[in-house]
Amino acid sequence: MSLEIENQVKLLEEQLKQLQGKQAKDQISIIVFSGDLDKVLASMIIATGARAMDMEVKMFFTFWGTTMLRDKHKSGKGKDLMSKMFGFMLPKGSSQLKLSKLNMCGMGTEMLKGLMKKKNVSSLEELMKIAAELGVEINICQMSMDLMGFKKEEMIDYPNLNYCGVATYLADADESRVQLFI
Amino acid sequence: MTNDELKSLTSDKTVDARGTACPGPLLAAKKAVADIQAGQIMEILSSDEGTKSDIPKWCKKMNYEYFGSIDEDGMYRLFLKK
Repeated sequence: MSLEIENQVKLLEEQLKQLQGKQAKDQISIIVFSGDLDKVLASMIIATGARAMDMEVKMFFTFWGTTMLRDKHKSGKGKDLMSKMFGFMLPKGSSQLKLSKLNMCGMGTEMLKGLMKKKNVSSLEELMKIAAELGVEINICQMSMDLMGFKKEEMIDYPNLNYCGVATYLADADESRVQLFI
Repeated sequence: MTNDELKSLTSDKTVDARGTACPGPLLAAKKAVADIQAGQIMEILSSDEGTKSDIPKWCKKMNYEYFGSIDEDGMYRLFLKK
């Protein structure tokens, strides 16, 4: 009888261990698909806020989102014609992003930036600096980079920057308690 | 805590986050709380009304004791114990 109980306890302990291994971490995964100023701004506010709440933060920039991570002062070498054209047409970094609504040929975007300054809302550039200090991890989709013809040497300097594929996102999202697609 | 009780507290540290918007006060609080010891009291000054909802939630998450807030013309004083 006691042997049976002992075996049952062992079995339960094993199952408990398995369950604990599967439990989601205090972590948030954010996909930034959009390259619109307002949406990227929201994602950075959430990311920095989550770090203040002591959550691990993993951001995945894909598609139009990758344009915000380009460095205005850098350029990629050895691009073909299409890549050059894409590079020219797309925003080069955070300062060139536009609003998703009321852009009005850039007038709306400038108006919002003025308002943000007046009301002491942190700019995207300031939030990026804070995110770097707080240890927000940024992953860039390699496929988007290749598709748009962006080179690694034209991306921003950021302490926690990695290039990855979809499996990295899925593995991290699987461990995260909160997931967002922006 | 009542307003009078809150007013009688002596803070070991005061963070002035007035003038900043979300997530400014939260980030300022997070930075400042590293400077105090467990058991010490911190006061946060904010002009952003959202802070009144954010700081109690943050305290709960971080296991700090939230005492309450006082509204003073145009600003909020929030108290917590680490």
